[in-house]
Amino acid sequence: MAKKVTIDAKGVHYTPLNQQVRKAIADGAGEIVINNVLGQRFIGNGLRGDATIRVNGVAGGDLAMFMSGPTVIVHGNAEHAPGNTMDSGKVVIHGSAGDAVAHSMRGGKVFVRGDIGYRGGIHMKQYQAQRPILVVGGSAQTFLGEYMAGGLLIVLGLDGVMKAREIGSGIHGGEIVIRGDVDDACLASGAKKVPLTDEDRARIVPVLREFADDFGLDAEPLVKANYTRIVPASARPFAGKYTWE
Amino acid sequence: MSSNFGSMPLRYRISIDRKQCMECGRCIDNCSYGVFRRDGDRILINSRKCTACHRCLTYCPRDAIMLEEQPCDYRSHPVWTRAVRESIYNQSRTGKIILAGMGSVSNLPIIFDHLMLDACQVTTPPTDPLREPVELRTYLGKKPSRLDFKQKANGDVELSTELAPNLMVETPILLGHMSFGAISLNAHISMARAAQETGTYMGTGEGGLHPGLYPYQDRMIVQIASGRFGVNIDYLERGAAIELKLGQGAKPGIGGHLPGEKVSADVSKTRMIPEGSDAISPAPHHDIYGIEDLPQLVRSVREATGGKKPIFAKIAAVNNNAENVVAVARSGVDAIAIDGFRGGTGAAPRVFRDHVGIPIEVAIATADKELRKQGLRNEVSLIACGSIRESADVMKSIALGADAVYIATAALAAMGCRVCGNCYQGLCPWGIATQRQDLVDRLNPDVASKQVANLIHAWTLEITELMGAAGINSIESLRGNRDRLRGYMLDEGLLNILDVKSVGA
Amino acid sequence: MCGIFGVMDKRRQMMDGSGIRDALSIMNERGSGEGAGYVAYGIYPDYQNCYALHVLLDNPGKSKAVVDATLEQWGAIEHEEAIPTCDQPNLRTTCTPWRYFFKPDATLAPGSTSPEKDIITNLVMQINAAQNGAEVISSGKNVGVFKAGGSGAWPEDVANYYRIQDYEGYIWLAHNRYATASPEKWERPDPFNLHDWSVVENGKITTYGANRRYIESFGYTCSMSTDSEVITYLIDLLVRKHGLDINLAIRALAPPYWDEIDRMPEAEQKLNRALRFAYGSATMNGPFTIVAANPDMMVGFTDRGKLRPMVVGECDDRLYIASEEVAIRAMEPKVESITRPAAGEPVIGRVAP
Repeated sequence: MAKKVTIDAKGVHYTPLNQQVRKAIADGAGEIVINNVLGQRFIGNGLRGDATIRVNGVAGGDLAMFMSGPTVIVHGNAEHAPGNTMDSGKVVIHGSAGDAVAHSMRGGKVFVRGDIGYRGGIHMKQYQAQRPILVVGGSAQTFLGEYMAGGLLIVLGLDGVMKAREIGSGIHGGEIVIRGDVDDACLASGAKKVPLTDEDRARIVPVLREFADDFGLDAEPLVKANYTRIVPASARPFAGKYTWE
Repeated sequence: MSSNFGSMPLRYRISIDRKQCMECGRCIDNCSYGVFRRDGDRILINSRKCTACHRCLTYCPRDAIMLEEQPCDYRSHPVWTRAVRESIYNQSRTGKIILAGMGSVSNLPIIFDHLMLDACQVTTPPTDPLREPVELRTYLGKKPSRLDFKQKANGDVELSTELAPNLMVETPILLGHMSFGAISLNAHISMARAAQETGTYMGTGEGGLHPGLYPYQDRMIVQIASGRFGVNIDYLERGAAIELKLGQGAKPGIGGHLPGEKVSADVSKTRMIPEGSDAISPAPHHDIYGIEDLPQLVRSVREATGGKKPIFAKIAAVNNNAENVVAVARSGVDAIAIDGFRGGTGAAPRVFRDHVGIPIEVAIATADKELRKQGLRNEVSLIACGSIRESADVMKSIALGADAVYIATAALAAMGCRVCGNCYQGLCPWGIATQRQDLVDRLNPDVASKQVANLIHAWTLEITELMGAAGINSIESLRGNRDRLRGYMLDEGLLNILDVKSVGA
Repeated sequence: MCGIFGVMDKRRQMMDGSGIRDALSIMNERGSGEGAGYVAYGIYPDYQNCYALHVLLDNPGKSKAVVDATLEQWGAIEHEEAIPTCDQPNLRTTCTPWRYFFKPDATLAPGSTSPEKDIITNLVMQINAAQNGAEVISSGKNVGVFKAGGSGAWPEDVANYYRIQDYEGYIWLAHNRYATASPEKWERPDPFNLHDWSVVENGKITTYGANRRYIESFGYTCSMSTDSEVITYLIDLLVRKHGLDINLAIRALAPPYWDEIDRMPEAEQKLNRALRFAYGSATMNGPFTIVAANPDMMVGFTDRGKLRPMVVGECDDRLYIASEEVAIRAMEPKVESITRPAAGEPVIGRVAP
């Protein structure tokens, strides 16, 4: 049985807090619970291994940035850019998150039960077996999947209207899957809608089940729902813009 | 009585690499100036007739032709330059005013080249125009300075300010006025199509509107100049806007003259003057002898066209530019084009072209400043013209205070013009500045319109990149934003006039 | 980067400054410890009919004499005193904060629809533009700005220096500065104030030059080289002088894109086009989140590209706007609703009449 460590973050600056987390992991902790988190940044930053970190409170910016392996579960909201340039592992946020969620993420999963802010999934990218996945339970805002270069981004819109406009602006890799229909006017140039094939659905179903499982939702309606799939119109959006001197 | 000058040194020397030449004769066919002729199986050259238009080089299938400028040296002298001496020889031979084509050739520093643009680094992020909007859409015309609202019965407020008619352009680059007569119908059609394709407008110049341009009339700004050539109510009603030409940067203070040789049957019809007669535009409009007469003309045009069309005025940039601009702004026009001293022309006296007027950079800066000072900036849009050479010039013009620019020489170059400056000869081998049908036919509007559209498109892309790099996503945020310019090696006096800080400041 | 915070009580219930200090301090990561400031509405009930002028004096002798003379020229000083302060070990004091309670002589601005505010505007411009060692940092009724710069000026140091906990207000704005220019200057951190309006900003506009040239053509003089100075004047111009509703004023400052306008119904299209026509030079570009307040409202809005964060919290009668959610939770742990409005969705909270 892996060791469980509890840390009280009340009034603690993020540097000593993250040092405590690192020490716990070095000492073999399998589960770390951090209570009273109030905006401390960089939790899970650059951590390797397979520990689980539970954050009780509001996680500060750049949660799990450069993380490679562990699981971070936030019972609360997160500020900007959770999953920033994350390599692998998993981030589960029970609340909502700020702008630039999963920025430049290259692998692993980020699940957000609530809403995310602007520029969600910006420049997510994939390479060989590394394929990042961002799933949002609520709504996303404008410039969703901006500059996206790879991976899978799913927005379920469980809590009402999707607010995103300029979806997939400059997208040149990966796929954005949105539950329900998406108005053409919400798509940015460089993005195009395509039907979700059975093959596509088979690919996203395990992700949907895992998401439902993490948040105690009924997976069946999600599995059966109607989805819009948005993909790049071209892998080279800059082509045709330049000429040589 | 002839002069004792004899043969003057050649301006250009054309040579043919005889090992490459296959005597196909394309150079002979293409050169409308008569540089080449065939003598048996040999092609002879008369370099004296060459204008450096490059037409022969372009069409030589073997790259056999070479052109050399100023092949003969004069004794070098920093004061008695070649140009000065040649002018003296010319005038002492002829006793006349020297005419010249295209814009100023004086080697004065170009202020644009001493203005550096800004970009974001860490305190603000740049915007990537590929993925986030950068708006270049520009409305030209009168804007309200403030808005009025009225309360509706249900408590909602409703705008009660009426908006004056504005021209909407998708890019702040318009094609400037060059008359049919000065340039060919195919050149006009090419530019009109390009304007349509790129969502902008072109000026007719003062030559009237040829029926061949009627399909594009929604993209035309029709001009009323002092000669009133081609002006009637039909002409005014066809245009999207109407421009009163009050002056021209290449020749401020003087009128124009289209020689009878260029008044072909077609030109005669559109200008509404007899074929072969000189078309003379007086220096002033003879119904404007005082500034209070200008509003009369503006109102008259507005009455005639039902107030539906924006009215522009174009003036040359001279010493009291700021005063001229506010005077014109008060006349009720919707936009003012200011033509700097480097502005182009089909023909202008050399002494005017090279010595009269002020640079467009200064003219725009002082105009914008004075209009703001007098609370008139929203009364008029400002269009900068007079050698806008590249997208950076457009950016800098707007940052100095312009709403948009007119390009003309650049548009001609986009159609093939090599800026040889011999427009006044009427023999343009590119089919641009000529009315000779065989030459006009050389300019294919399908091809040339695409080239002009490409140029506007490319500059537009560059402007969006420059704006994005500066963290600016709408053109009105660039307008008059002199904070985003820095002067490099400009003197303090000029920096103050431009209201631009030095690099490093 | 900067951190900003605003709180308003819709029923004018008073809050002392300690909670605001805590909210701002928790965002210390956003600042550089070289400037912070606070503004509160409702702090001077005893002088509520006077314009409270907070002035930073280089020295209480010569520079004060200049201010005294200017004020006496434009009206009457009802009361004046040094602003109570408490020296902080890390904060180097370089000026003397002073306050005047001042009644302008309205007859000196004949023909104005708001003569007192015109006089206040003019004298603030006059004092601040001159190199006289005095900077007016706030000038409204029943409102005051407390700010300081230089190394050691962290939010809590500045708050403690001014004994911010001793003031009670129903609207508070606060600013934690990440200095990029003139870090030593006490007048440089936000909030910036001109009579009714106060502004805090997170960001940096790329249109400072264009906006400044525009606002200066209406007789305002910008002497602080800060965004928030220009923004304050723009709001004053649009709302007080041009009579725009705050909603429309914000839309003029951060307008919708043309393609959004093109899709609007006809009347709305016309209105938005008119706003962009009239106020193109007032449009602010570049990254910003702005929280502004006057005695009746607090508003928050972002640049139209939404390049800076803005979190809104609501709890009972309180409306919060902050750079980070934690600032709100630091002051009100039980906050019920947290939202992140989109660009172009200004948050407008009004105090009950």
